[in-house]
Amino acid sequence: MARQSTFKNMVATMVVICLFTSAVLGAVYVITLKPIQNAQIAKTNAAIAQVTPAFDNNPVADSLRLNYTYDGKTRSTVAYIAKKGGKIVGYAIEASTMKGFGGRINLMVGFKPDGEIYNSSVISHSETPGLGARITDSQSHFVVQFNGKIPDDKDFKVAVRKDGGDVDAITASTISSRAFCDVIRDAYGAFKSINVNSNNSGKEAQIDSNE
Amino acid sequence: MEYIIILISAVFVNNIVLSQFLGVCPFLGVSKKVSTAVGMSGAVCFVMALSTLVTYLIQYYVLLPLNIEFMQTIAFILVIAALVQMVEIILKKISPSLYQALGIFLPLITTNCAVLGVALMVVQKDFTFCGASHMLNLGESVVFAVASAIGYGVAIILFAGMREQIATSNVPKAFKGTPIALVTAGILALAFMGFSGLV
Amino acid sequence: MGLLTAGIVKNNPTFVLVLGMCPTLATTTSALNGMGMGLATLAVLVLSNMLIAAFAPLIPDKVRIPSYIVLIATLVTVVQLFMQAYTPALYESLGIFIPLIVVNCIILGRAEAFANKHGVFESLLDGLGVGLGFTISLTVLGLIREILGNLSVFGVKFSGGDGILVFVLAPGAFLVLGCLMALFNKLSEKK
Repeated sequence: MARQSTFKNMVATMVVICLFTSAVLGAVYVITLKPIQNAQIAKTNAAIAQVTPAFDNNPVADSLRLNYTYDGKTRSTVAYIAKKGGKIVGYAIEASTMKGFGGRINLMVGFKPDGEIYNSSVISHSETPGLGARITDSQSHFVVQFNGKIPDDKDFKVAVRKDGGDVDAITASTISSRAFCDVIRDAYGAFKSINVNSNNSGKEAQIDSNE
Repeated sequence: MEYIIILISAVFVNNIVLSQFLGVCPFLGVSKKVSTAVGMSGAVCFVMALSTLVTYLIQYYVLLPLNIEFMQTIAFILVIAALVQMVEIILKKISPSLYQALGIFLPLITTNCAVLGVALMVVQKDFTFCGASHMLNLGESVVFAVASAIGYGVAIILFAGMREQIATSNVPKAFKGTPIALVTAGILALAFMGFSGLV
Repeated sequence: MGLLTAGIVKNNPTFVLVLGMCPTLATTTSALNGMGMGLATLAVLVLSNMLIAAFAPLIPDKVRIPSYIVLIATLVTVVQLFMQAYTPALYESLGIFIPLIVVNCIILGRAEAFANKHGVFESLLDGLGVGLGFTISLTVLGLIREILGNLSVFGVKFSGGDGILVFVLAPGAFLVLGCLMALFNKLSEKK
């Protein structure tokens, strides 16, 4: 069946196979490059649309890079600005924490221009299915209770009741609930840095985003 | 401190076999006796640490600079296959006794998905949404690989101990062999779930 | 026809040959995920069987395995890129298990045991049969785990409440597969 093995034909076969496969892979890579990018952009847009009021601009093009401090650490994230008729109607801010039960939780948090939370959406997480994973249910009381609140600790303290805050934790999932609060506070920290930037330096924040 | 957290989480909390489901085939295949289980986990530990080190370097010094990340799978599997061959040849020359102990397990390791799995996990950006990402550095990667291998060893040796007991007990006919082994593994996984939330 | 059905029942890769256990256990948290994984494996298996059947007579015996692995790894990457482009949600939920199709023993096993001794068309049928067998097993396993653990069928909830969580988690995978395999043994024994 198979051919006799000599050093020459073994090397030749491997070379031919490698050339053949790299050609195939290269071609497929080029073909799929555009659709993959589109799929990623679509995913970002879907997450933004879920957490901000209706907009008519392209928030990815109007994004701002934010540098801010949270929990004593300097952090950096991206704020996507949603505009309708040229007026800013909301910001979608990505934030994450490592304090989840299963590790990292990534969230997209939407704010209205006055700092009120519009909505939030979990992008990725590894919490326990059926317990901590309930943070992904955007209809649940746990997620909805944040909406319409300004998380500045004045009339709504973002911490679970066990820790003296105003948030009803998910039953049996205090750690996931705490982590969720942590991300919300983190995102609000980032949100405040937008206002600082635009109050103090006006246009500079925009220039900053082009970096 | 970081290293200790990685170690505990990889051995107990995110045990590679019982919660990540990597390397299940050899887990079921070579766990009939404790002695073979020990040999297999030794070989896995050795190859896993070495291959993670090499694939990590390849990822960051070859694939990323050349912007050919899509060649990752193919490059990694070739590295692992070549490495296993090399380890086999070197062991045979340098330490025949070790070769005798690990030798027969080495060829099996190329198709042990735990090795490729760990190599891929290490270089996978934790999060690739847009911009933000957390990556392990070289030291952490190797610690992670060794810890995963230890977790593999712990699981497979415990499991082999149980299977030696099962071999002598009365099992319903339909459950004989693999089914009862799977149910046992399920109970073991249930026990390991008790570790979750530890880190 | 015989070639096609052999892979589904008599040589079922999951219940009879006990191959490819890692994706079987890991990706069957829901029927849809199990089916996605099964179909991705099916695609790679059919293509690799055909390619290897076509190339086998030209490949020297000693570099047989490395050649097969390179071909399989290429096909897996191709499938991976297409999934990333056209089914991004499925791509993300299967995660690391897509590149791991490379080391799925079913693929190399069929290449060694069947494709390199048979023609392209027969290998295509064999790949289809075994791939379908794998897909069906994964879908059934995923369906049972989803029903018990999440009270839903293909993502559609049929009842309120939470289900028995443990079946969606790691231990449930082992338990359900063990019991299914015992059932399969019991049924095939009677025939």
